[in-house]
Order: sequence, then C-alpha cells, then structure tokens
Amino acid sequence: MTAPFVPHTDAEVAAMLGDLGLESLDELFATIPAALRLAGGLDLPPQQSEADVVDRLVDLGEHNRPAGRCAGGLVCFAGAGAYDHEVPAAVRSLASRSEFVTAYTPYQAEVAQGVLQALFEYQTMIARLAGLEIANGSLYDGAASLVEGVNLAVAATGDRRVLCSAGVNPRWRAVLATFSKGSGHDVVTLPLRDGVTDWSAAVARPASAGAVVVGFPNYLGCIEDLAAARDLADRTGARLVVCADPIASGLLRTPGSLGADVVVGEGQPLGIALGYGGPYLGLFACRAADVRRLPGRLVGETVDADGKLAYVTTLRAREQDIRREKASSNVCTNQTLMAVTAAIQLGWLGTSGLREIALRSARAARYAHDSLAAIDGVEPLSPHPYLREFALRLPVDAEVAIERLVDEGYLAGVAVRDGFAGTDAEGCLLVAATERRTRGEIDGFAASLEKAIR
Amino acid sequence: MSSQTDPASNGQPGPRPISAVAGGRASSAPVVGRDTEPTLFELSVPGRHAASFRTTQIPEWAAEELVPAQYLAETPVDLPDVSERDLVAHFTRLTHRQYSVDLGAYPLGSCTMKYNPKVCDEAASAAAFANVHPAAPPACTQGWLEVLVELEESLCAITGMSAATLQPAAGAAGELTGLLLMRAYHESRGEDRTRVIIPDSAHGTNPASVTLGGYEVTTVGTNDRGGVDLDSLRAALGPDVAGIMLTNPNTLGLFEEDIVEIATAVHEVGALLYYDGANLNAILGVVRPGDMGFDIVHLNLHKTFATPHGGGGPGAGPVAVSARLADFLPGPRPARLDDGRFAWAQPAASIGRIHGWHGNALVLLRAWTYIRLHGAEGLRGVAETAVLNANWLKEKLRGTFDLPYDRPVMHECVVSAESLDKATGLRALDVAKRLLELGFHSPTVYFPLIVHEALMIEPTETESPQTLAALADALLLVAREATEEGAAGEARQAPRTTPVRRVDEARAARRLVATYDQRS
Ligand SMILES: Cc1ncc(COP(=O)(O)O)c(C=O)c1O
Repeated sequence: MTAPFVPHTDAEVAAMLGDLGLESLDELFATIPAALRLAGGLDLPPQQSEADVVDRLVDLGEHNRPAGRCAGGLVCFAGAGAYDHEVPAAVRSLASRSEFVTAYTPYQAEVAQGVLQALFEYQTMIARLAGLEIANGSLYDGAASLVEGVNLAVAATGDRRVLCSAGVNPRWRAVLATFSKGSGHDVVTLPLRDGVTDWSAAVARPASAGAVVVGFPNYLGCIEDLAAARDLADRTGARLVVCADPIASGLLRTPGSLGADVVVGEGQPLGIALGYGGPYLGLFACRAADVRRLPGRLVGETVDADGKLAYVTTLRAREQDIRREKASSNVCTNQTLMAVTAAIQLGWLGTSGLREIALRSARAARYAHDSLAAIDGVEPLSPHPYLREFALRLPVDAEVAIERLVDEGYLAGVAVRDGFAGTDAEGCLLVAATERRTRGEIDGFAASLEKAIR
Repeated sequence: MSSQTDPASNGQPGPRPISAVAGGRASSAPVVGRDTEPTLFELSVPGRHAASFRTTQIPEWAAEELVPAQYLAETPVDLPDVSERDLVAHFTRLTHRQYSVDLGAYPLGSCTMKYNPKVCDEAASAAAFANVHPAAPPACTQGWLEVLVELEESLCAITGMSAATLQPAAGAAGELTGLLLMRAYHESRGEDRTRVIIPDSAHGTNPASVTLGGYEVTTVGTNDRGGVDLDSLRAALGPDVAGIMLTNPNTLGLFEEDIVEIATAVHEVGALLYYDGANLNAILGVVRPGDMGFDIVHLNLHKTFATPHGGGGPGAGPVAVSARLADFLPGPRPARLDDGRFAWAQPAASIGRIHGWHGNALVLLRAWTYIRLHGAEGLRGVAETAVLNANWLKEKLRGTFDLPYDRPVMHECVVSAESLDKATGLRALDVAKRLLELGFHSPTVYFPLIVHEALMIEPTETESPQTLAALADALLLVAREATEEGAAGEARQAPRTTPVRRVDEARAARRLVATYDQRS
C-alpha cells in the first residue's frame, strides 16, 4: 500500500521520474550518503484503513472517562486551570470551519483577512478583559504566557529578580523555573497564609525586583489583594504581572484597572475543549508603552492600495524571523485557532453572557462550598473570598477521595500537591464549579463525598 | 409617490411612521467577495445576545452576596452584543476572506502545507478524547495515555532516537526544550559551555531560542554547494561549544552531504547535535536523524504529520533524544507499566515541565491517527512523493528563475528572482502577489536570508502533477509578463482579485491600531 493521501498514479510517477532522467524513486535520495540510509523499513505499527483506525480510536476512547453526559462520563468538579464551561454548537461549528483550521500564519495578508480580522477582534476583547491597551494574537498556554510576561518585565526593568506568589498555578511556576535555567531569572517564591499571598516579609525588606507575579484569583481559588501586589511592585521597581482568569473579568474589576502592568492567563475557559490539557490559549496583554517588547504576533489595522481598510501582522521587527537572536521571544507558531475560537465564544456570550457565566459559576461554587463544608470533617482551607474554586481539607488525602468518587460518577476535583509540599494546602481537594453544575449534581456529589470519607 | 403625500387627501391609509433603527449595522450586506466586513463591535446592539445556559436550580444569590463589593466591577466589560445568527454570519463571511489548504495549493516553503486528513479532525473532536480533564487520574485516562505512549514510540522509531517528550507546543518550544536539555547534559558533566553554532541559513527561531537558552550564537557560513562550510565550522568549534543546531535537509531544501563529518567534528569537542525537524517530511523512512549522529531532535507535527496549522497554530513540537539524554527529559512522561497499564512517570534528572499540562494533546492525537493511516510504507511514500514533486517543479522553473544552488533537492526548492529583478524590476514579492490572483498561495519569500529575492517552494506530496504543472505555468507566466511589459506591468499591480489589495505594512506599524478601541 502506498501513502493514502498522495494523488499520483503509478504512470504519473514514472513519467515524472522520466522527466528528471531517473529510473527509480530511490535515486531521488542519491545525495544522502548510502551508509546512512535506512536498510529496512521503519519499525511502526502496520498501516491501517480509516475505518480500522476509527475502530481502534473507539476502543481506546472507552478507556477514558470524559467530563459530561455520555457513556462513562463524569460530573466535573475539577479545575486547576481547566474548566468545564459551556461550549455551544455555534462556536464549535464556526471554529471548525476549514478556512480557519487549515490556513497557515497570515504571511500573505491579502488572502488572510479572515484570520487577521478575527485576531484583531480577539485582541480587542482580551485587552478589554485585561483592562490594558494591548493584547497579542495568542501564545501557547497560560504557562507560556507567564514565562513571556516575566521575560518582558525583566527586559523592561533590567532586573532578573522575580517575586512570584506561591498562589500562582504550581505547574506554571514549574514551567517558569524550567525556562529560568536558560534566561537566568532569579525566582523568589512568596509564601501564602490562609490561601492568599503573604506580602508582609517582601514589603518589610523591599529589595529591587524586575517582576512581581500574582494569581487573580489564585490557584486555590482565592481573590488576591492586587493593591498589595501593586504596592510591592512600586516599592521594588518591578512590573506587576497578574495571572488572571478571563472569566473573573465578568464580575470582578479588571486586573489592569487594579494596577497590573502585564496580564497573562489561560484562555481555555473561553470556548475551548478540556482536550486533556491542550491545545489551550495563552492570553497576553500589556500597556501600550511596552508594545515594542510584546512577544508573539500582533495584528494591526491599515489600508490596502485602494485605501480600503485591511488588517496585517505588525511591529514585525520584534519577532524572531527578523531580529533572530535579539528577538523579544522565540515564538513563531502560536495558538491562532484557539484565539479565533475565543473571539467567537466571547461574541456568543456578549456583555451580559460573560457576566452571567461568572455569576452563575460563583453561585454554583458557593452552593458547592457550603454543601461540602457542611460535611463532618470537611473544612475550607481559606476564609478569604473566592469566585468559582476553593480548597477543602478532608479527613482523607484528596487523591483517595478523588479515586473513590470516580466510582460514583464524579471527578471530585484536583489534589493540591506539587508546588505546595510542606504547606497547609498540601493534600487538600481543589473543587471548581462552573455555570454547568446543577443543584442535583452538587447534592449528589456532597452525598457521595460524605460516604467516601467516612 | 412622495412620502410627503397627505394620506387623508385620497382616503387611502398612508404608510405608518416607522422608527429609525439605531445602533449596530446590518449584517446581511452581500460581502462574498471584496466588501469590507464590519467588526463584531460595529454589529453590536446593546441588549442583544446569543448565550443561554443550563437550568441549575441553584439559589440566585446577588453578586454582592458572593464577593465583597470592593472587588466587583462597577460596569461590566463591554463585549459585542449580537444574535447567534449575526455571529454565525460574521465569522462565516470572514472565512470567505481567507485562503486555506482545503481551498487549494499552499506551496509555502518550510511550512509543509499538505492536505490535512478529515478523519484526524474527527478523532480530535470525539468526546471520549476531547472532553477529558487533564487532571483526571490515570485510571480515567488509560486511553489517552496509551495514545501518547504509542505516539512517543512511533516518533522515536521515525527519528531513530530512544525517548521523547510530547510537551512542547510548537517547533520553537521544542528548540528551547532541546537547548535546556543540552545545558542539563553539560552541567551534569560539570561543564560550563557558552556557545551554540547555527548556520546562516537557519530559521529565525533557532537563534532566538539559543538566546533564551542562555547561550551565545555563533554563526557559520554556507559553502557553494549549499551546505555547512566545514572549514568555518571547524574553526568555530571549541571546548566552549555546547552544540550545533542543524536543519537537514536544510532551509535551501538540500541534504547536508557532509553530515557524517559534521557530526564527528562536533562530537569530538564534546558538543551535541540538535536536529530542527521542520523538514523531516523529506526523509521519512529514508534516513533517520539518530543514524546521522543527532542527539536531540524536534519534530513539527503541524508540518510533517499533517496536523492543521489553524491560521498560525496550534502545533506540536515533540522532542526526541538519544539514550544518554533521556533522563533529562521534561516530565511527567506517559509510561507503559509492566502490567500493561499506563501511568505518568518523572525522568530521573528531568529539566522540569515546559507546558502547563501534557502538551497540545488533541494535536498529538491527530498525528497519532496520521501515522496509523500510513505505517512505515505510507510514510516512505510521503517522502518519496514530496521529493519527486519538488524536483519536478524545480526543473519546470529552470531557465526562468535562478537556481542558486543547483543540485537535486529534497522536499522543497529555493529559486531566486534576482536575475528577473535586475532585468525587469520584478521582485520576489511581486511574484508572490501575482500568484495570489492566479489562484495559488504564494511560496515563502525572502527566506532563507542567504538567497537574494528567494522564493522557497514546497509543493508537498499531496499536490497532483496537474496542480504542479499549473503552479509552474503560473510562475512562468508572471516572469513572462514582466519580461514583456516590464515590472510596472501585471505583477506590480497585483493582487486585484483578492479580498484586499496590497496592504500598507509600514502604515500599520507607524500608526499602531491593534484594537478596535485604538481606532480614532
Ligand atoms: C526550519 C524551521 N525551524 C523552526 C520552525 C519553528 O517552528 P514553529 O513555528 O512550530 O515554532 C519553523 C517553522 O516556521 C521552520 O520552518
């Protein structure tokens, strides 16, 4: 069998080889030293027809427990950066249009106005959610945006010291630590107290810093005091980088209006499938003054040769293909399709819809919080305000509870572990609720949890 | 009849007074074609909406009862307020202003814009995969973990390496991961190396990644056969060199003939070889980076393995390494246990996470599907046909466009409009724009940087000989027009049939308007 998507007939191949004065396809590779060439074939599973591959995928899929109302489906109370929000048919349908799906980066603006305009609209909406002037056309995910936000702050201030709250998503902190080995950032972690950042020690001894980083709400769901974070940034000469949940802007004041210089975040809640963690969407917004340090692509407005409105990627001189080793970032391929999806989702939501999902999620979280905290032996970790996620201390380890609740049809949450070793949050259960959770689901979850921890 | 006519005068009931429609804009203007599409913000009518939500029976607490008032926004963030019908019309019209692989040939060099099989999309939208929460315990994700393990194994087989990470979200992320692996390896041996060598033909992400990896870039030149200049490489090598990043076939579409000598020289000074896999499509099943002596390889699944580019992303840039680097890989990694089950495992000396979760999982699933559909023979067929197409196209262009390094190419050919430019003033950019109106996406232009007026053409294996012939005819026509009419002819005016004509890039940068709110 040959390659299933190659159109050439044997006769066409023979004719083309003849045109090239060649007798076999092997001769095409004559410039590769013979000693290197693979003698046998690749050691791969055998080629299969489409129908056979689909059968295999169905078999494999049966070993997964997705969120939602389907065979083996779990009622999802897990969050930790990935949330089970409503994704309507209109968004799924538009975002799977092949003109969006199968285009490359808009290098030829004249035939890429669709993607470019969608990105322009996306940038506008993300800038508004952030409360800042500029947003880029996406980065890989929230973690990548955090790293780029810190890089911007360090470059702008010339100071490699990074004061990062322990309330920032621990997986993102881990990514920051990995990349800091290359960039040489000196990341200092600021501890939590009762679930929110304890700023006191850093404020008492405010050595200079390049970035102050805080979650809003933080990983444990608590709403942080951004005024205190801004104050520390001012005392240390740092840029304030806020890791924000875009849904929070439906209800809370925007991070930009509370003093953030850079807003980064995970855009998955904006219409993107849980997808086992990707592809997601790195949100990135900053002040207009920092636009020349912006990582990634930026779409701007211009005119064409006839003076007609047109869109094009702009301030390209920041980017790797032009600046090479002096570029502000190495990003090339980003997550454009997810940005387009988010723009469609935000259009579907509209002003009232975004407020509605934030409010409905907060109500569901409150109802879940009170129902679960009423169980004997279950205690909230923090007394501080939260939006749609909170941490609970259980009489058993969270992982044990999660395992037991799967049997009852619930994904109970996420165990707080990595990044919290030795803190009072370690072993807690992080529970998230969205506008999709019903009273019946929460009551059932509470009843099952009560049994599971007895 | 004038609207001023007095209805009472002839006893007929007159037109009812109709109130003016305020705000928003009509969304039914016929915009298939070249009419400007209003932004979603202009279509907005406050109070209109599309969203609806589940009935939940949860008490309807007011915001103030849930969150202290000091945190609450006084006014909600303003978003476009449109009906679902207008939303669908708007984005559908935008798709009519967008070229894509599904519409036609996209010979964008270095980007491997092959046809993306539909079954891969379907695989990625199946609820059993698409709706799985990334923090679900392994007992709930055995199907996913099996896919990831099998994909890692397949990628290792294809590249000739021994272990891989699937976390990097794109090629550039893979590069930086690879450089951090290099750093960890040297540090584990107590060595502090400071430089990484790259050829002058390298893609821009290579030098940018080197800087982010904490290394200095040393650039080596290209010899007159289009390969790395061995003498300058040897001169650049030393005990302070951590590694070299190579693309093979390189960005000229040429196989590095001296790869064995290069590998030996690099390894002799204790440095590592990094393989930029953007061009792997040319050599699938023919030769493996591991057998060429590479230690670290990144792959662009959104090129070689047909996962769609999504208008600029998402991609996936897995990194595979030789045995001596396996312990440093990012973690956690999916693992096959002795009892046949699957779990997450942390490599012994891991450099740590490089993605917030497990990588672009649904992209990885598409690539897994693509590899299954091909098997070993199918993948080799991909490489053979891609190389056949590129060489055949190159021959068709001989005599009209310059062939700067004229020898058999791999999956793409770089031709130059330099002579045409000198003779007629026709530049590579003009060729690109004229092609757009002739029905083809343009090749990559002005890259690699070492070729003047470069047109980098990668037809891929999924374009038929008929399409290639038509593409060649179009390219030759553009050249002929310039010769006959001069540069001010057709090409300089182009494109005229596209949704917009040539855009003023300088103006976009000079007067930055990057959001609707920055419009004056
Ligand atoms: C040769 C080469 N290297 C690296 C890259 C970077 O890959 P990505 O865009 O996935 O980050 C590209 C793609 O643009 C490329 O063509």
